[in-house]
Amino acid sequence: MKNIKKIKIKINGKIKSINQDSTLSSVLKNLKIPLNKVAIELNQEIIDKKKINKIKLNKNDKIEIVHFIGGG
Amino acid sequence: MEVVNLKKDSLIIANKKFNSRLIVGTGKYKSMSECAKAIKLSGAEIVTVAVRRVNISDKNKPLLMDYIDPKKITYLPNTAGCFNSKEALRTLRLAREIGGWKLVKLEVLGDKKNLFPDMIETLKSTEVLAKEGFKVMVYCNDDPLMAKRLENSGADAIMPLAAPIGSGLGIQNKINIQIIRKQTKLPLIIDAGLGQASDATIAMELGCDGVLVNTAIAKAKKPFEMALAFKNAVIAGRQSFKSGRIDKILMGNPSSPSKGII
Repeated sequence: MKNIKKIKIKINGKIKSINQDSTLSSVLKNLKIPLNKVAIELNQEIIDKKKINKIKLNKNDKIEIVHFIGGG
Repeated sequence: MEVVNLKKDSLIIANKKFNSRLIVGTGKYKSMSECAKAIKLSGAEIVTVAVRRVNISDKNKPLLMDYIDPKKITYLPNTAGCFNSKEALRTLRLAREIGGWKLVKLEVLGDKKNLFPDMIETLKSTEVLAKEGFKVMVYCNDDPLMAKRLENSGADAIMPLAAPIGSGLGIQNKINIQIIRKQTKLPLIIDAGLGQASDATIAMELGCDGVLVNTAIAKAKKPFEMALAFKNAVIAGRQSFKSGRIDKILMGNPSSPSKGII
């Protein structure tokens, strides 16, 4: 069986290994991220959540996923 | 008998009507359920929330939105922890992206110890956010000149501190708050530094439109009772302000008539 190539990306500061050619959508799905409750940045740019299945991830991409927590 | 109808006395921020003049923070509670219950008891219709990274390693961690329904309570995303304009703008643009939040609380801090706002960065951020269509409630110093500049830069509410964040010291500069009250028609909300319910009453009696409280409720020995105390204190202060207090005089003035004394 042919090995699928892996690439390393950073999600919320943590290094993750994902399959090459993964879409942002598939990565978020694997992490079980509730899309209606978060905002996503890819390399410091805010991503339109409707377009995540068209975005292919590249080596060293930095993803930030944020939500609301308690604060004053 | 005529009674004061507080229901008609709404707080209006960026064209949105609120019945409660108490805004509460959602930080520092022991648990999310404690936070949710305290909010309910406070009667608050607006709560401040922070924007932070999702915990991707613990996916079962409870979410704030599961406890406080953003359809019923207005979320006011803040920029707590931001020390410059760039960080604050990034945070609020993300907050808007979560679900269309345009009403936001801008808070750019300048010093990690006293947590005073950096007003130069705050002013810069206010201008940008207003241009981008945000409705900005601005945490600021109790400085009338800066308050005026914020108003001219497109702020939707002026939120001067009573004292340093979390200090519980109460309003330190009543005169400045009164001057700001006189000069602005924008909603004026005391933000930060309150310690007990009477501090909220004093703020309302000075003519403020509302108060924002977090630590004083969350860290009280009995948060639920304190939430209720603040609710009542804000109502009392507002009623007192609207009722027109008596003049202050130096000497005594008897309450009973002197005519007919035996």
